[in-house]
Amino acid sequence: MTNEDIYKRISDHFSSYIIASDETFGILNIEINPNKNTEILQWLKEDSILQFSFLTNIAGIHYPDSTEREIAVVYQLHSWRNNSRLRLKAYLSIDNPTIDSIVHLYNGANWMERETFDFFGVNFKNHPDLRRILNEDSMDYFPMRKEHPLEDATREDKDDRFFGRF
Amino acid sequence: MLQEKIKMIDFLEDFNNMQEKLKYKNQENLSKETIDGEIATINFGPTHPATHGIFQNILQIDGEKIISSEQTVGYIHRAFEKLAERRPYNQITPITDRLNYCSSPINNIGWEMTVEKLIGAEIPKRVQYMRVIIMELARIADHLICNSVVGVDAGALTSFFYPFSEREKIYELYEEVCGARLTTNIGRIGGFERDFNETFHTKLKSFLKTFPKAFEEFNSMLERNRIFMDRTKGAGPISAERALNYSITGPNLRATGVDYDVRVSEPYSSYEDFDFIIPVGVNGDTYDRFMVRQEEIRQSLRIINQAYNNLPEGSYKADLPEFLLPPKEEVYNQMEALIYHFKIVMGETELPVGEVYHAVEGGNGELGYYLISDGGRSPYRLQFRRPCFIYYQAYPEMIKGMTISDAVLTLSSLNVIAGELDA
Repeated sequence: MTNEDIYKRISDHFSSYIIASDETFGILNIEINPNKNTEILQWLKEDSILQFSFLTNIAGIHYPDSTEREIAVVYQLHSWRNNSRLRLKAYLSIDNPTIDSIVHLYNGANWMERETFDFFGVNFKNHPDLRRILNEDSMDYFPMRKEHPLEDATREDKDDRFFGRF
Repeated sequence: MLQEKIKMIDFLEDFNNMQEKLKYKNQENLSKETIDGEIATINFGPTHPATHGIFQNILQIDGEKIISSEQTVGYIHRAFEKLAERRPYNQITPITDRLNYCSSPINNIGWEMTVEKLIGAEIPKRVQYMRVIIMELARIADHLICNSVVGVDAGALTSFFYPFSEREKIYELYEEVCGARLTTNIGRIGGFERDFNETFHTKLKSFLKTFPKAFEEFNSMLERNRIFMDRTKGAGPISAERALNYSITGPNLRATGVDYDVRVSEPYSSYEDFDFIIPVGVNGDTYDRFMVRQEEIRQSLRIINQAYNNLPEGSYKADLPEFLLPPKEEVYNQMEALIYHFKIVMGETELPVGEVYHAVEGGNGELGYYLISDGGRSPYRLQFRRPCFIYYQAYPEMIKGMTISDAVLTLSSLNVIAGELDA
């Protein structure tokens, strides 16, 4: 089954929810309406032809320069029946990054969503236990966002004596 | 001192809160499940010798039976994904070492292949075969550790010490290729920094000759051992359906009977050239996981034999001057070589814009690299799909209703590696 077939089948069902699509390195990317993620994922999981029933991972991305769509949530699905992968992207506004949780579809999404919350501050609605997972609970910012850059490797205002180097 | 005290109090408070929460959670089950209605809360980890790493599990137990458990992870979180956003591509390889440190070469090579996919590099056949040899050696080392530790947790210490000398030989082989043993940083983007040397060939040949016998001896200690079988059969089982729902991959999934293996479904590095089978289990319990790993060691050995006997002639590196340091001779005498040398050392190589996902079959399952490049010198975003992190979620479900000693066995047979779990 080629990516065109997959795209055709999905767009036949959800043409109004698809915002954009392209293909990178053999994987079909589809940008979806963030309010319809559970509906689409459930259909993809249950559809007898596509059978995207394995959730590979969920990733968050921060694009500070694109207004109203700063945070991306990326779902990577794998159909073992057709041996094809699919990437669904939902863009959220940074002021209210909220999206429905898919834990009721995939139990494995539980920690993946917690991780995305922990690092990007995405609120997953109806998540059973949305807490920080890898960082400390008392942390009050989302460290993977781009407004927290790592130290510039070329900065010169450091005093070597304070770092044990003379 | 005061700080520490406060921290301690905080910790105790957290612990008590958790206890209360769990009590509440289990109240409805109390009447059905307990013998005398007395529930104890115990802390399994974070620094418990039986957890083989830093994991905390707060268990609610009734006698010896586990009623529920609550996991805490993140004790050795080192922000690798953030660090990677500031590093040149060749400096990310050492970060990947520290994910699954029992099989670092697989992580290294997986990352190198991700970058090669993004830049569309042509990799010589010899490099691909060399990589297969190294990766399968790493898989053997990884599975050997896991299975011998299962033996330890079942009370058989000999089976832990015995394969260590074999693992040592694998580490010596790494040493010949890259100079390091545990955190290997093996290979480069585009190949290797040097060819296999004479000592490597001698040592690999002797390893291939002696290992099968030593391995079968190790195997015979446990495989049909009545005590070991009684201890591991039925301990920590999971069904194929639940395993898929939890996105479990690797040997732990194959033990449930699903034959998914990235080496076969999406062959990379010429895996399609080799003849091997994917072993599967039936019950998904500790014994099946043990058996699947044992058989995978045999299959890895088969692959190494095929790759080594058919090792193609050719170069040990691709033609990628932007990523592979030129020979010193050329650096001193040629303009281009000097420029490339400078650019590599200063981390000024820029990558094309793109979005790429590359998966390899790591020691514990599908190890994926999701890389987004904005055309800069370091990734815009790099996410590791860490199999441990994903399948460790299923642990409470697997140990529910088991005894504490089964929980220990299940944890070690899942091969949860703290470095990969916490990234």
